[in-house]
Order: sequence, then structure tokens, then C-alpha cells
Amino acid sequence: MVELVWLIPALPLAGFAVLLLAGPRLGEPRAGWLATAASAGSFLFTLVTFGGLLGLDSATTGGAGGHGGRWFVSTLFEWMPIGGLEVDAALLVDPLSMTMALFVTGVGTLIHLYSVGYMHGDPKYSKFFLYLNLFLFSMLMLVLGENLVVTFLGWEGVGTCSYLLISFWHERPTAATAGKKAFVTNRIGDFGFMIATFLLWTTLGTVSYAGLAAGAPALATGTATAVSLLLLLAAAGKSAQLPLYVWLPDAMEGPTPVSAMVHAATMVTAGVYLLVRLNPVLTDTALLIIAIVGAATALFAALAAVAQHDIKKVLAYSTVSQLGYMFLAIGSGAYVAAIFHVVTHAFFKGLLFLGSGSVIHGLGDEQDMRRMGALRAVMPVTAVTFIVGWLAIAGVPPLSGFWSKDEILLAAWEQHRLLWAVGLTTALLTAYYMSRQTFLVFFGGQRWDDSAHPHESPATMTLPLVVLAGAAAIGGAVNLPLVGDWLVLEHFLEPVLADPHHFTSETWEKLLLAFVAVLAALIGITVAIAAWLRSRIPTDKLEPALLENVFYFDSTVSNFVGGPGTKAFEAAATADRRFVDGAVNGVARLVRMLGEAVRPLQSGYLRHYASGVAVGAIILVIWLALRGVS
Amino acid sequence: MGALFAASGSASDFPLLNALIFVPAVGALVVALLPRSRPDLARPLGTLFAAVGGALALALAWQFDAADAGFQFVSQQSWIPALGISWHVGVDGISLWLVVLTSLVVPIVLAGVDPHHDPKPYTAWMLLLQAGSVGAFVALDLFLFFVMFEVVLVPMYLLIAGWGYEGRRYAATKFFIYTMAGSALLLVAIVATAVLGSPDSGITFDLQTLAEGQLLGENTARLCFVAFAIAFLVKVPVVPLHTWLPDAHTEAPTAGSVVLAAVLLKLGTYGLLRFGLYLFPEASDWAAPVLVTVGVVGVIWGAITAAMQRDLKRLVAYSSVAHMGFIVLGIFAFTAQAVGGGVIQMVNHGISTGALFLLVGMLYERRHTRQIDELAGIQSAAPVYAGVFTLIMLSSVGVPGLNGFVGEFLILIGSFDTRPVWTIIAATGVILAALYLLWAYQRVFHGPPAAADRQTADLRRGELLTLAPFVIAAVALGVYPKPLLNAVEPAADKLLEHFEEYSGFKVPELGDPVVVDHGDSTGEHDEDDH
Repeated sequence: MVELVWLIPALPLAGFAVLLLAGPRLGEPRAGWLATAASAGSFLFTLVTFGGLLGLDSATTGGAGGHGGRWFVSTLFEWMPIGGLEVDAALLVDPLSMTMALFVTGVGTLIHLYSVGYMHGDPKYSKFFLYLNLFLFSMLMLVLGENLVVTFLGWEGVGTCSYLLISFWHERPTAATAGKKAFVTNRIGDFGFMIATFLLWTTLGTVSYAGLAAGAPALATGTATAVSLLLLLAAAGKSAQLPLYVWLPDAMEGPTPVSAMVHAATMVTAGVYLLVRLNPVLTDTALLIIAIVGAATALFAALAAVAQHDIKKVLAYSTVSQLGYMFLAIGSGAYVAAIFHVVTHAFFKGLLFLGSGSVIHGLGDEQDMRRMGALRAVMPVTAVTFIVGWLAIAGVPPLSGFWSKDEILLAAWEQHRLLWAVGLTTALLTAYYMSRQTFLVFFGGQRWDDSAHPHESPATMTLPLVVLAGAAAIGGAVNLPLVGDWLVLEHFLEPVLADPHHFTSETWEKLLLAFVAVLAALIGITVAIAAWLRSRIPTDKLEPALLENVFYFDSTVSNFVGGPGTKAFEAAATADRRFVDGAVNGVARLVRMLGEAVRPLQSGYLRHYASGVAVGAIILVIWLALRGVS
Repeated sequence: MGALFAASGSASDFPLLNALIFVPAVGALVVALLPRSRPDLARPLGTLFAAVGGALALALAWQFDAADAGFQFVSQQSWIPALGISWHVGVDGISLWLVVLTSLVVPIVLAGVDPHHDPKPYTAWMLLLQAGSVGAFVALDLFLFFVMFEVVLVPMYLLIAGWGYEGRRYAATKFFIYTMAGSALLLVAIVATAVLGSPDSGITFDLQTLAEGQLLGENTARLCFVAFAIAFLVKVPVVPLHTWLPDAHTEAPTAGSVVLAAVLLKLGTYGLLRFGLYLFPEASDWAAPVLVTVGVVGVIWGAITAAMQRDLKRLVAYSSVAHMGFIVLGIFAFTAQAVGGGVIQMVNHGISTGALFLLVGMLYERRHTRQIDELAGIQSAAPVYAGVFTLIMLSSVGVPGLNGFVGEFLILIGSFDTRPVWTIIAATGVILAALYLLWAYQRVFHGPPAAADRQTADLRRGELLTLAPFVIAAVALGVYPKPLLNAVEPAADKLLEHFEEYSGFKVPELGDPVVVDHGDSTGEHDEDDH
């Protein structure tokens, strides 16, 4: 069954092709249904392939790169063969790629379905689904690629689709700017990806994951660290880590399903995937740096989320913060915990974004939480599912977020106590800002005009909410601690890891840490209740301008790029015109002047020429005579 | 002339290469001799001749034996025997795709772009351009190459001066004088090479004899190489010899810009390969640090200056400088990937930049402006046009899956092996490319359209047909570049073997973990103590 893997990306690609040729003719809602069907079919074949993979004997060892028997490569064709370079268009079926593909297609299909309702009435309805299918195809190439270059194809593909989707409503200048910013910022990361690829190829002579995993132990430490840090740069761009996170909050200019799918559930986890995929290369030095970047980003973005007013901005900073958690997990060597959090985060953050979209939709494109409130009565399904998402991200047991976050905190605890403390603080803040959001939107008093006529969304939108709420609630079941056999995800992913992480803490220690984490979450929620529900704490001091403006980081960078940066470019262009080209024209002028100067010599009078010859002859004779003397 | 069609050598008895030169050349003559009363016949007839050339080029690609690294379809006739000059043409994997590109681009733009006035001379000059370019790409005799190199110059000058925009005279003159200055050096160097480098048996201008003989003294060879290189670098062009290009491109008529970008610039990079690396291997190695530097400077400088252009066509012209810089880097990195990638990039740059010039020309036809700040929101009014522009732009930015990526990636990965620092600097050009193109796109296509923008008509059927080959090629060569690479690889390998033999340069072995090591070659990195 694993042979059918090519169908997983082929279906959304086919959907894209059909929509490209016949999208406007299909129109609404058929274009949407077609795209959804392509995505659903892709999910179906992922299940089939997954079944096939499980059928392969996991016990067999000696597979490519020590991956055991659960490893299948489907080579479609040679892509760029030249010299010793072999780049195949090939797909890889292994536990990691299947884990990613399952939630990508699963959550992706739900978001396609949701979009059928959400994009209702948009004049570019079919184009939206065209992009969405292309995005899904790219994302699947990213996770299924058998080598760095195919992954890079997907990597750039999702970046391109992200650009197209963020600037979907391109007549809005902010949307257009945000799309461009996302692409260019991502390109900074892509630069790291490319150099890492070059470095691996020149040192190991291969770009395929099997070859890299096999060759990694032979890498010199310095080279391996360099590669790791370049990969971190790549991942930081795609997964919005400090300092490259700046594009993600702006990316909220795109339609909300895009924010859910591209900028929360799938694309932004690509960096996490990349680092886990190349885990054999990562060195201890690099891991520590990854952990620090992750922890710093987690705290930084959580602080920013505390003071946002835009419903989507809160979720955007929350996403940045949660991605920081995943990097912290990787840096602590807990790759399974990172992927575990990728999956649960896809469920609850996808849910929260879609819920926010439902609210925005119901309120007629209102995004400011200060003009919301008390919506649980008019939007019951949205409210209940959103609450599930809130509790899941806040880390309230037994919802999924608790389990994955707990594992990350445990790994951080064992790696470095300070990183754990940062992670715990972030957990508290997360519980607080998500509670604040939930209360501002669904509880308290009504702050919208009656003319807004908020209403519950149609079934195409609420059905995905319900399914995702279910997944967000029980998704933790894929990797439950304490009882060894319940660690399904961990056992499944183990063959992919060069150095599977094992927790060393005693059981009582683990329980204590879990208790502390829950306590932190409860404190966060309690403070939020006191402030935003019961008004026991004055709220005006809880949204300091420093946090609302995110430490003025983005605006400083933007001012630099728009100010001195642009000026420097302008200076180069001016220099090109004035000096480089000026020199050329100067030479031309010089030649002409010389020509003008000597023109009188060409008088046409024979006597002038004759006297010239005579004078020349005399000079020559004198010169010869003088030379003869000396 | 009839003797020229009696082929010698290769797989086919039909003298394909000579036909590829003479069909458009005869076409130019026929068009020029058309009665003055029927100027309407010029373009259809000219397109037909050009298209026959295109069909022949496809036949050439079809019959080309990719496994053969040497010159194929060789035809040699004595021309000026006293000086050892002969009509010697042949094609290998390096020149094959440039011949195909040239022979296809000219008929497409002839058919698709309206010159607006004097179609007769316009068509004749375009055909002569095709003949000369193909001739330059297949010439295996230094003198013949020089003649073809110069033949190309005249029609291009006249096309700019006759059918260009406001500043056409200045631009055309600048173009002519600039390249002529390079040509003067080239001629001197060619004569010197032949006179000093010929074997005892007698003087010859034959490229293979001279290159395989390597009879020039080291200093003489270096001096000759410098002269060759300057002529080619002007043509490429590299910074700081590039300023004729933005003027020529901007003022040239659309078809002229397309051919200039797709074909003429390639004479420079092709020349560097064929008459640089092949003819002067030791000197190439000697000069490589400088050439790689100017290539990379071009990548960065071209990109930065492109970003600040106010005229869309000028922006595309400067992006050309950046893209061509990559090729120069690739050629002088001396690895199979980099050189092969350079050849691929020559073709791909022709496709994407050629298409960009077509697109800018179509916009100018509608709006009579190319000023970026006089345009806005075009995507709302002309979505199909915007879609094609987006695709070509992404190809130019180097997004994988489209053609632009293949060459750029191969150049960079191949160059990293021998010139890691320069490659890292050049790779930042990839970020800059996204910056200047997306920024320009945003200003022209996004945002709220003004009244004039709203009335911008979308693509017509004819225009779509003109663009279709470029779009198809951009996707096809991005997804499946293997046929191109298969033909390029043996020729590139052979060239590099020749180069290594005479230069003493050695491409480092791959898969040697200590290449980028920081001294600690024994300390395998430890996975066990995370």
C-alpha cells in the first residue's frame, strides 16, 4: 500500500490543475467542494499509506540510515542529475513523514470544508481554493520529500502560497505588504536552508535523508554545528522564531481559514519538522542554542499576546509562542515531544483560529475584541468548541495540550532548569491571555451594536469546529506518559531518531512537575477571571503599551528597513547612475574633446601636412643625433 | 555557397547547422527585397522563415546525441585558406540549447510583437539577428565567430535606433560603441592567438586546433585571455561594465529587448566558456578570482540597483545583470554542477527575462507608461495578465518547480564546492531577488486601482499565445530539466577535463568531511550525551 504514496500530493495537485483551467466556470460552491474532495482524497490515501507502513515490520533493522524496516522510498523520476549530484523527485514514507502527512491532510481537509462556508460570496472564490490546493500539495511535498531539495521545493512552495494567500485581498495595501513581508522574511531563512544543503552535499556527497542520516556521525563537530545553525536559521524563518517572527502577526491579513491552516496548523511547523528530520546532524552546542531561541520566543510572544486587542493577533502571537515551545523541545533533545506538540497544536490552534473566524464572520468582519463580548448565547457551537480549544492550549488536563506541553516542560527541566522556568512562566501567561480572550469574546457584557446581528455560522463551518474540538480534547491519547505501552507516538517515531530521548526523572518528580504546570495554568486562569470576568483587578494596567507594541521590535526593524536601509539602496542606485555610468559617459566626452582638440590638424591643406612632416623629420633627426652623442 | 550545404561528418546528411544560419539569413534578404507596395507581407513571410529555423532547431535537438561529448553536425569548408580561416561549425551540449532558444525566440517575438511601423526592415533585421546569433553559437573558427559576433551588433543597433522609445538614439549609440570597444580588443586577441598559437604546420583560426594545441606561452595566453574576457564581460554584462544594458533594454522595442536578454547577453557567457575556459585554461584559472568576484558583485549590485528603479523595464534590465552574474560565478567555479548549471541558467534566464520583457511591453501598449508609480492595482483589472506575470516573476525569483531554480541551484551548489565564501555572498542575492521583484509587483499589481488602472485590458488571445511557450517552458524545465542536463553534462565534463589538464586546477573530491572542518578531523561529533 505504501506504493500509493504519490497519490497523496497528486490529488491536491490535480485539484489545483482543474481549478486553474476551469475554476471560474465551476464557480461557487462547486470549486470549493472539488478542492475539499481533493484534500479528503489525499487524507484517505494518507491513511492507506499509513496502514501500509504499519504493515512493514518495524523490527527489521539495517534499513536505510538505520531506520529499521519502516522506511519506503518511492522514486518518481530523476530531477536534477548532473555530475555526482543526484536529486530525485522521490517521496519518503516513514513514521515521521506519515505523522506529519496525517495531520496535514486531516486538519487541511477540515479547513477546506470550513472555507466552503467562510468564503461564501467572495468574488475570487475559486481562486482561493486554487491556492489552498496548491498549498496542500506543497506542504505534502515538504513533509514527504525524500531529500533536502524536494523538501525545499515544498518549503518554497508553501512560502509562495502563503504569499499569495496573505495578499489574497490584494486591493488592501496592508494585505499586500504583509504578503511581501512574509515571503521576503522567509527567504532569509531559505538562504540558511540552501547553504546548509550545500554544506551537507559538499561534505557528505548526498542530499537524501537516508544518506545524510548514515553520514552524519562522520561529520566533524564544527561542520555539524554550522549545518545545525543554518538549519535553525531556516526553521526560524518558516516557524516564526526570534528574530524572524515579524511576518507571522502581519500574516493575519489573510482570510482566517488561511491563518488556521497555513499560519497555525501546518506551514509554520515546517521548521520543527526540518530540525527533527535532520536530528542526526544536530550537535549539543546547536541544541542548546535552539532551546534558548525557543524559550526566548515562547516568553516574548506570550508577553505580546497578553496585550493585543485584535482577536487574530492574540492567536498569532500565541502561535509564535507555542512554536517556541516546540523549539525548546527540540533543543532539549525531546524530538517526540516536539512533534507531539506540533500535532496537538494543529488541533487546538486550528480550532481556535477557525472559531475566531466564525466570530469574525458572525459579527460582520469585526476583529477587535473590545467590540465583542457575550457571544456565547448567540454562537453556542462556536463558543463551546472555542472553550475546548482554550482549555487545551491552557494546559488543563486531560485535554491534549496538557500532555504535550507537560512533556516539553519535563524535557526542559532535565536539560536546564532556567529554560524550564521560562517555559513554566510562558505556560502561566498562555493560560492567562487565552482566558482573557475567551472572556472578552464570549462572556461579560455585550459591546457590539445590535445592528451587527451576530449569528451562528453555517454547518460547513461548525462541523470542522466540532471535529477539531474532539481532536483537541482527546488528541493527547496518542502519547500518554507513565505507562510505557501508551507512548504510541514515541515508539512509532523512535526509528527516525538517531538518539531517542529518554526521561530520567523519577515518577514522583514527573508528577510534581505536572502538578506545578497545572497550578501555573490555574493561576493564569484565576487572574484572568479576576480581571476580565469579575473586574476585581483594574484592567487598564494589564495592557501596557510596551507589550501591545511588542517591545517595539517590529516597528524598529521596519523603520530601519524603510529608513536607512532604503537610503543605502537608493545611494547604490544613484552611484550606479552618477559614477559608474557617469564614468562611461565621461570617457565618451573625453574622447570627443580629444577629437575636437586634434581636429584642426586635419585641415585638408597640403602645406600644413607638409610642414608637419618637415617638423617631425627635424625633431627625429635631432633626437637621433642626441642619442648618437650620448 | 552551395558547397556549404554538402555536409561532412555527423549523423545526418542534411547540413542542419548551415541551414539554421542561412534560412533566416536568406529570409532577411527575401524580406528586404519585397516590393515597397506590400509591406504587409514582411512579418508573415519573415515569421515563416524564422519558424522554419525554429523547426530545424527542434530537429537538431531531436537528433542530437546526448551521450556524445564532442561537436556534432560538424560542417567545415575552406574559406580563406591562406590564413587558415574556414567556415567551421558544430554544436555540442553547451551550445545546443542556446541555438534552440535563439531559433525559437525570434519567430515567437516576430509573430507576437507588433513593430508599429516599417515592418519590412524591422523583420529583415530580426532575421539577420537570428542568423548571426546562431552562427556565433556554432562557430568553431575564431574568425568566423568574430564575424558572427559583429553581424549581430548591427541589426540590434538599428532595431534600437529605429523602433525604440524616446531615448533610443543615445541608447543605441552607447550600446554600439560600448560593445564595439570590446570587439576591437577581441579582434586583436583573435589575431594574436592565431598568429602566435598556431602549430608549425601553418597559421590557423580553428578553435579546436588552437585549444587542443595550447601552444601559446603563459603570459601571452593570459594577455589574450584578458582581451577576450573584456569583450565578453561587456556583453554579459558584469558590473561595472553594465551601464549600456539598462539604457539599451529600456529604449529597445519589446522584441529587441527580448532577443537582447534571451540571446545576445548569452554571447558573453557562452564566449567565456567556449573561448575562455576552452581556449585559455591556464589563464582562466589565473583570472578566476577576479572573474568570480565581478560575477558576485554583479549579483548583489544588480539586485540592489534593480530594487530602486522607477521604470519597470529598467528594473527587469538590472535584474538581468544580477542573473547573469550567477552564470559568471558558475563558469569560474569549475565544477560540473556549476558549469552545467551556468549553461542551464543561460537558457532559463532567456525564458524568464524574455517573458518579463514581453509582459512589460504588453503593459506599455496598454498604458503608455512603464513608471511604477503611475501604475497600481493592475491585478484587479487584468487577473490573467497578473497571473502570468506572477508565474514568470516566481521563476525569476528562483522558486523550485519553475525553471529559474534549476540553474541557480546547480550554480550555487556547484560553486560552494570550490568557492564557498563567494557562493554564500551570491546566495544572498536570492533574498534580494524576492525583495525587488515582489516590491515592484506589489506597487504595480496590488493596492486599489485608479480609474486608468481599472480600464487596463486583460490579455488578448494572441498575446496569450505569444506568452504560452514561455510559460510552458518555465514549468516544464522546472519540473523536468533532465533532457537539458543530459545533453549539457558530457560537454561540460569534457570541457572541465580539458581545463583541468592544462590548468593544474583540481576539483576537490566530494564527501570529504574535512573540507570545511575547523581542525578537529578526528572528533566525530558525539550523539550520546544530549
